[in-house]
Amino acid sequence: MDATGFAEPQARAPRAVAKPPLWLLAELTYRCPLHCAFCSNPVDYTRYREELDTAEWIRVFREARAMGAVQLGFSGGEPLLRDDLPELVAAAHELGFYTNLITSGVGLTPQRAETLKRAGLDHIQLSFQDSSRELNDFLSSTKTFDLKQRVARTIKDLGYPMVLNCVMHRYNLPHVGRIIEMAEAMEADFLELANVQYYGWAWRNREMLMPSRDMLATAEAVVETHRPRLDGRMKILWVVPDYAEGKPKPCMAGWGSVFLVVAPDGVALPCHSARMLPGLDFPNVREHSIRSIWQENPAFGAYRGTGWMSSTCQSCDEKEKDHGGCRCQAFLLTGDAAATDPVCPKSPRHEEVEAMVKAAGDPRDHGTPIRFVPGARRAGDLVFRTDANALS
Amino acid sequence: MTAWTDDAQPALTSIYRMQWEEAQQCHVLLFPEGMIKLNGPAAEILQRCDGKTSVAALVADLERTFGESDLHADVLEFLEQARGRHWIR
Repeated sequence: MDATGFAEPQARAPRAVAKPPLWLLAELTYRCPLHCAFCSNPVDYTRYREELDTAEWIRVFREARAMGAVQLGFSGGEPLLRDDLPELVAAAHELGFYTNLITSGVGLTPQRAETLKRAGLDHIQLSFQDSSRELNDFLSSTKTFDLKQRVARTIKDLGYPMVLNCVMHRYNLPHVGRIIEMAEAMEADFLELANVQYYGWAWRNREMLMPSRDMLATAEAVVETHRPRLDGRMKILWVVPDYAEGKPKPCMAGWGSVFLVVAPDGVALPCHSARMLPGLDFPNVREHSIRSIWQENPAFGAYRGTGWMSSTCQSCDEKEKDHGGCRCQAFLLTGDAAATDPVCPKSPRHEEVEAMVKAAGDPRDHGTPIRFVPGARRAGDLVFRTDANALS
Repeated sequence: MTAWTDDAQPALTSIYRMQWEEAQQCHVLLFPEGMIKLNGPAAEILQRCDGKTSVAALVADLERTFGESDLHADVLEFLEQARGRHWIR
């Protein structure tokens, strides 16, 4: 690991910040009834149990809104585990946020959904793991398939716009056609086919989850056959699998540019997983205002603009568009968060990504049976997100 | 898709919410996880898409408000585009 790569950006003065954070993601809790093997929460999530209370969250909302934040996502973990959720939604609504609930659906009874509607909740994003009960329940290590079907009905009956989100990987990519048909039957307004991003638990399980290029191409072709048929009814978003496509993503539309995450314990982050980056001291909203965090905090300024970039990125025409890719991915793959994202073919470390993609095969080759194992913490080589499996 | 008739009553679709954003100094359309900034004329038209006002009344109101005539074709063109983007129905 190259230590200088991290020390340098912090020493630099924060850059001028013209634009406000438009998107505030409130990770209300890391607690979750599901145990998804691709969860994006930190693999040491059990260390952060000191959750912000109701008044602290509302202060965060007020300060972010005053700066111009307009979208507020209630996320987690499972945000429905917070009993004060209706109160938080009501406060956010009153401030003028467009409010989004990002949920597994566990705990969303018709009564609760109606209470949230009255509080001013604008939209619900419901996660799904697969079109089949077996795989949905296996991947989340819970029996939640039927419940999610009921919850989808509840959401539509109350007139909420509904986004269905399905994380896609080697296990469920062959079912993509049936997943689209399921979303259509549920009358989803958007279907987000979120090709798995390798952070948190998904990084830990990357060898098991990564699909081959053939699987991705086959699945994408299926998506394209459905897309025109659904025009005007359901929009399908196919999240680009950046490892396989060799195209760095403009992560978070740029570090500290539009996106502000507040973790359950009050730590403010430029993205869900930035906390793991060494050398950056992320501020806590318990001690700092949102304005000072956004405008003055050195960690938030660390990768703004282009000054921090490697010579590979500096000399590239795409640098203003893709911002050098993802800092967390650069760190996970090279040990240096300032490196060019190795999914980029121009990265000197791109061969390693290429080798990972080439090694990715078919689950049938792996010898691990796909079946639901009640109470299982491990199935084959797949590590489920549980307190027991969390790193301390 | 048939063209807008003068007695049609366009309305924002339920996914979208329109509001003034002080920080942006413009009206915006908000939808799940996104925002569209509107220019002045677009906002003036969309504000009148309340599901009760007819296209004819909407055009007349705009012409009166801005002291213009012959806005009909421009408004219709915008309404077409807005429907194509599923903002209104």
